Amino acid sequence: MMMDSALMAVKPEIALVIFGMVLLIYGAFRGDGSARVTLGLAFVALAVAAIFLLCPPYGGGLGSAPVVHVFDRMLVQDGFARFVKLILLIASGLSLVMSWSYLREEKLARPEYPVLVLFATLGMMLMVSANDFLALYVGLELQSLALYVLAAFRRDDTKSSEAGLKYFVLGALSSGLILYGISLIYGYAGTTQFAALAPLLGGTPPLGVLFGLVFICAAMAFKVAAVPFHMWAPDVYEGAPTPITAFFAAAPKVAALALFTRILMQPMAGLTPQWQQIIVFTAVASMLVGSFGGLMQGNFKRLMAYSSIANAGYALIGLAIGKEAGIQALLIYLSIYYLNTLGAFGVLLCLRRNGKAVEQISDLSGIAKSNPLFAVAMVIFMFSLAGVPPLAGFLGKYFIFLAAVQAQMVWIAIIGVLSSVIAAFYYLRIIKVMYFDKPIGSLDPLADRGLHAVVGLAAILMLVMIVWPTPIIDSALIAARSLIGG
Amino acid sequence: MTNLPLLSLVTFLPLLGALGILLFARGGDEDKAAVKLAQRVAMGTSLLALALSIAILCVFDASNAGFQLMERHVWIPSFNVTYIKGVDGISVWFVFISALLTPICILSAIGGVKTRIKEFMIALLILETMMIGMFTSLDFVLFYVFFEGVLIPMFLIIGIWGGEKRTYAAYKFFLYTFLGSVLMLVAIFAMIIHTGTTDMTAMMGGKFPREMALLLWLAFFASFAVKTPMWPFHTWLPYAHVEAPTAGSVILAGVLLKMGGYGFIRVSLQVLPEASAYFAPLVMILSLVAIIYASLVALAQTDMKKLIAYSSVAHMGFVTLGIFSMTKQGLDGAMLIMLSHGFVSSALFLGVGVVYDRLHSRDIARYGGMATNMPHYAFLFMIFTLGSIGLPGTSGFVGEFLSLQGAYLAGSGYAFVAGIGVILGAAYMLWLYRRLFYGPLDKVDVRAMPDVNRREIVMFAPLVLLVFWMGIYPAHFSNVFSASVDKVLADYQVQTGKGTP
Repeated sequence: MMMDSALMAVKPEIALVIFGMVLLIYGAFRGDGSARVTLGLAFVALAVAAIFLLCPPYGGGLGSAPVVHVFDRMLVQDGFARFVKLILLIASGLSLVMSWSYLREEKLARPEYPVLVLFATLGMMLMVSANDFLALYVGLELQSLALYVLAAFRRDDTKSSEAGLKYFVLGALSSGLILYGISLIYGYAGTTQFAALAPLLGGTPPLGVLFGLVFICAAMAFKVAAVPFHMWAPDVYEGAPTPITAFFAAAPKVAALALFTRILMQPMAGLTPQWQQIIVFTAVASMLVGSFGGLMQGNFKRLMAYSSIANAGYALIGLAIGKEAGIQALLIYLSIYYLNTLGAFGVLLCLRRNGKAVEQISDLSGIAKSNPLFAVAMVIFMFSLAGVPPLAGFLGKYFIFLAAVQAQMVWIAIIGVLSSVIAAFYYLRIIKVMYFDKPIGSLDPLADRGLHAVVGLAAILMLVMIVWPTPIIDSALIAARSLIGG
Repeated sequence: MTNLPLLSLVTFLPLLGALGILLFARGGDEDKAAVKLAQRVAMGTSLLALALSIAILCVFDASNAGFQLMERHVWIPSFNVTYIKGVDGISVWFVFISALLTPICILSAIGGVKTRIKEFMIALLILETMMIGMFTSLDFVLFYVFFEGVLIPMFLIIGIWGGEKRTYAAYKFFLYTFLGSVLMLVAIFAMIIHTGTTDMTAMMGGKFPREMALLLWLAFFASFAVKTPMWPFHTWLPYAHVEAPTAGSVILAGVLLKMGGYGFIRVSLQVLPEASAYFAPLVMILSLVAIIYASLVALAQTDMKKLIAYSSVAHMGFVTLGIFSMTKQGLDGAMLIMLSHGFVSSALFLGVGVVYDRLHSRDIARYGGMATNMPHYAFLFMIFTLGSIGLPGTSGFVGEFLSLQGAYLAGSGYAFVAGIGVILGAAYMLWLYRRLFYGPLDKVDVRAMPDVNRREIVMFAPLVLLVFWMGIYPAHFSNVFSASVDKVLADYQVQTGKGTP
């Protein structure tokens, strides 16, 4: 009986595993012609996982369900995990929908793609559920290996291969760092389980534990692309095929930030004074580097990479605050941010010129004339990323900075708002190019209903979220409570 | 009648119109039917909003100094953020000005804007929603949302329909004001955390410790001083005005600049009275510098719009001078100048727009002698020139006089320096008039310009009426805000224990 309820709790993950393996075999036997079916079934898999996540017996809404430990406390299903997993499933599902036409046009439509996305999503779900450093590592590696392959998905393109290789080498280094950190902590504490570690770590820790903490933080900073471990992001974002970049910017980012949060808030909670300074530095540096670095970019994807670095900085402020309010703000921020970037990449995916994908910002010149609806959507996403009310991006920043001021970190809030003014400069540049500049030749946008629906949905949500943001705010609070209370 | 949520109606009606245009007027500029429909819907909704704002003026009880027509709805309950709307005698006028100037702008845009007409109408209507929303918000979060929301349509209006250097102007406008307002946002956070509410009325009356209040005041000052604009934060204004299309300049001068002055009264004076008292001399001196400096710079301009833009900086100097003199006369004067400037400078920008539409030049030297071939236009422009100078009998006089009187009560030196500004004001405006309308009519294309047409006369008519109405019987205007101003001042004196009656 005990076993049953435990297995019930990982039903979403089990669904993804089964679907992933079946689709892998199916794709291998049927060849490239099966890409469309695989993609559709992968979407179904994500939807099934989301239904399992939300529905009873163990679901029943995001927050009210009990905390369940699985596999001898290796994994945990709490409100925090459920909240983040829902974001992950939606983000992965939308990424799949967005990518089809692009992949077909670029002759990249192969069945491996949806399977890899499924496995990456599975890895991320294990990460956010991890209750043990070993489970964490397994999830992290599953996710990372799938992502390395995805980055290099355009095998015959040097840029894409370079992106994959760069991501792999640096990613492997960061995996090494996190393993080293884990082993140092294990050496002092004698356990890798989060719940067991929490009471052991605290007070004035020995130097070895501190080293372990620093190694883990460095590796996690790499995964979320936070300064000073952000260097891979612009190259990988630029090199990877655009739908994969969109996926990178949304789901793995959210998963890594959630994992980072769980590590620091649960096993490392006793070391808060030690890690807080690291996170504060990383957050401030990320905001500044992300804001200044994006100013001179000519490639839209590189610009979005810097934008994602800056946004990691804002989100890390929430983590640096560390209390319930901070985590809540972080979760609100993430649940708006992923939709915002997906939408922006969605617009980019739609636009093609002479059968080639548009990537340079200057290519967007004057599209307000030729493709007004796409331009309007992009304006919404850009102003939202800049954090201008009444768009949803403002809400995300609002709660982060409110929590920062509440936690007596006024100076971080001031640096944050100032860097958002600097970043506004490059978001405005996109709008300027689209609206103020003369059109250069015509664009032939992709006529893909699914892609258009994702863009439209994201744009409308960005516009109207401010009217009634309570559902997100309240469920984020429940999730934050379950993380800190549990 | 009062059970209707009048303020929400007048705020969101234009937004509804914008949505209507978006949904029903499909098609670009070449589709005449769609353009016509867009113009009609825009005109209709903005006139309806004007009617509503007049209705609000009618049901408004001028003897009541508190907030009226209050609306309260839960918005974000877990963070205590509430949707609160309400007007007092001060804000009710700004609602009226916003609602009045929007249809006038739409009328001017029907002739002046030739490309993406539909989008222009949508931008103007969204702008109207943001402006009215800002003046009627009594919750700090709501206030901030509207205050910042103004930037989006204005950035697009300057950038898309502006002149040659529109990109630079739009960026400068956006980034300057954004920079100012994000500091205000941090201050709002600090206030929310200190009081546990976002209700503006609950924060009024010196609820903050002195040290904190001073910092908060500076943060709000950063935002309002840029918006007003005060010297030395005014440099975005000439560019924005010069590059913006006529309708953009009109809204900018008529309403957006008033957001700063309104903010000073509503937030600086009412929420942070002690800090306002502390910083009043600083603001007064900056105002004096603005008056003298902007007037001198205006004298040297060769571009009509730039000249009027600098005259706005000078007039706003009188406004802040009046507000921070902390006297009844000064505050009344500041309110009247803001109203008068809303009518007069808008009309002047419209006037520039009239000849710009015909000749596509803002260069003063390109014109001359227009009194001969465009007598009606010359007559209208003269009215507003005199209004700007502050000739008795026009709206400009009353406010300037009261503001100077307030400054005199605060210190005769202030009034002396500001008085020089009045003289300079007459100099640059009259000189502008001389260069435009007198002298030889020796340029062929200037001679060929037709006089103002019926559409343009309709556009100017309400403004002419208001300029004289306010100049001849200002009590109709001041009676509405008098009780509220008295209350602001009485509260201020109670809080700080000083001030002259």
